[in-house]
Amino acid sequence: MVRSGAVFLLPVLVHINGEKKEIGAGLTVAQLLGELGVRPGRVVVELNRDVLSRETHGSTTLKEGDQIEIVHFVGGG
Amino acid sequence: MEDGFKLAGKSYRSRLIVGTGKYKDFHETKKAIEASGAEIVTVAIRRVNITDPNKENLLDFLDPKKYTILPNTAGCFTAEEAIRTCRLAREAGVGNMVKLEVIGDERTLFPDVPATLEAARVLVKEGFVVLPYTTDDTIAARKLEEIGCAAVMPLAAPIGSGLGIRNPYNLRIILDQARIPVIVDAGVGTASDSSIAMEMGCDGVLMNTAIAGAKIPILMAEAMKLAVEAGRKAFLAGRVPKKLYATATSPLEGVLA
Repeated sequence: MVRSGAVFLLPVLVHINGEKKEIGAGLTVAQLLGELGVRPGRVVVELNRDVLSRETHGSTTLKEGDQIEIVHFVGGG
Repeated sequence: MEDGFKLAGKSYRSRLIVGTGKYKDFHETKKAIEASGAEIVTVAIRRVNITDPNKENLLDFLDPKKYTILPNTAGCFTAEEAIRTCRLAREAGVGNMVKLEVIGDERTLFPDVPATLEAARVLVKEGFVVLPYTTDDTIAARKLEEIGCAAVMPLAAPIGSGLGIRNPYNLRIILDQARIPVIVDAGVGTASDSSIAMEMGCDGVLMNTAIAGAKIPILMAEAMKLAVEAGRKAFLAGRVPKKLYATATSPLEGVLA
C-alpha cells in the first residue's frame, strides 16, 4: 500500500500474434490497441481463442499468459 | 433485359467476383476492381504486423458500403482453422458471407473436400452464408448444396495456374444438378476462360491472379468484365448446335446458272 493511493503492479507477459510481449498490468484490449498504434475499427481481436466483440474491447482486461491475436483484412483471392 | 445475379437474397448486376491479392499496391487494387465492375470482392484475414502496423488498410480503398466484402479462409488446412477464421471475419462487421477454403495440399492448393464439408456444416449452422471453394467433384457439390451453402464454387484449375476450365464435363454435370448458383473459382487465365464458363451456364466467375498477374491488370479487369457479360448473353441467347457438316447460310434458290 502506497501513501499516494496508487498501486504499483508488475508488467504482465502475454502473447500477441505469436510473440511474447510484456505489457502494463491492468491494460484493457482497447488500451493495448492504442499503445500498439493499431486502428481499432480495422482489426478483430481474439483472446484465448475467443473472438472479442468490438464493444468489449474497452472492458476486457488482459492478464498474464493471455494469447492475443490481432487480425485484419488484407488482399487475397 | 434484367438478368440479375442473386446470392443469399441480395441482387447483383455483376457476375464477376474478384480477389484483392497480388496487386502492386492498394491504388492498383482499387483501379482494377473498378475496371472489373465487380461488386463482390474477396479478402484474406491475416495478423497485423504489430511492430509496424500500416496506417493504410485495404478497406480504406474498398468501401465496405460500396462492395460486398467476402473474407476467405485461405491459408487454412483444417476445418477448425477455417471455422476460426470465419468467426474472426464476421466480427469485422462487413457481413457474414464467407468464402470457405480448406486447402489439402500446398503445391496444388486443391481443397480438402471432406474437411470443407465438415467446416461448411458448422458454419451454416452458425448462420454464415457459405460459398465453398471445391473441386469439380459432382458428389461434393451436391453435398455442399444439401448442407445449405449459398453457392458452390468448383475450381477450373489450380489457383493461379491460368489453365482455364480443365474439366468442362464435370462442370456441366454440376450445372445440371445444382439448384444454387455455380461460380467457377480459381484457375481462370484469360478472357475466353470466363466467357466459356458463362456460356456453359455458370452463374458467375471468381478470379484474382488472372487480373492481378496480367501485364496490364486494369485492362485485363476490363476484358474480364466484358468476357463475363459476353458469355452470359451468349448463354441466354441460345447458341446454334454443333454440326459435323455444313448448312448454307445463303439461299439455294435463284443462283445464277
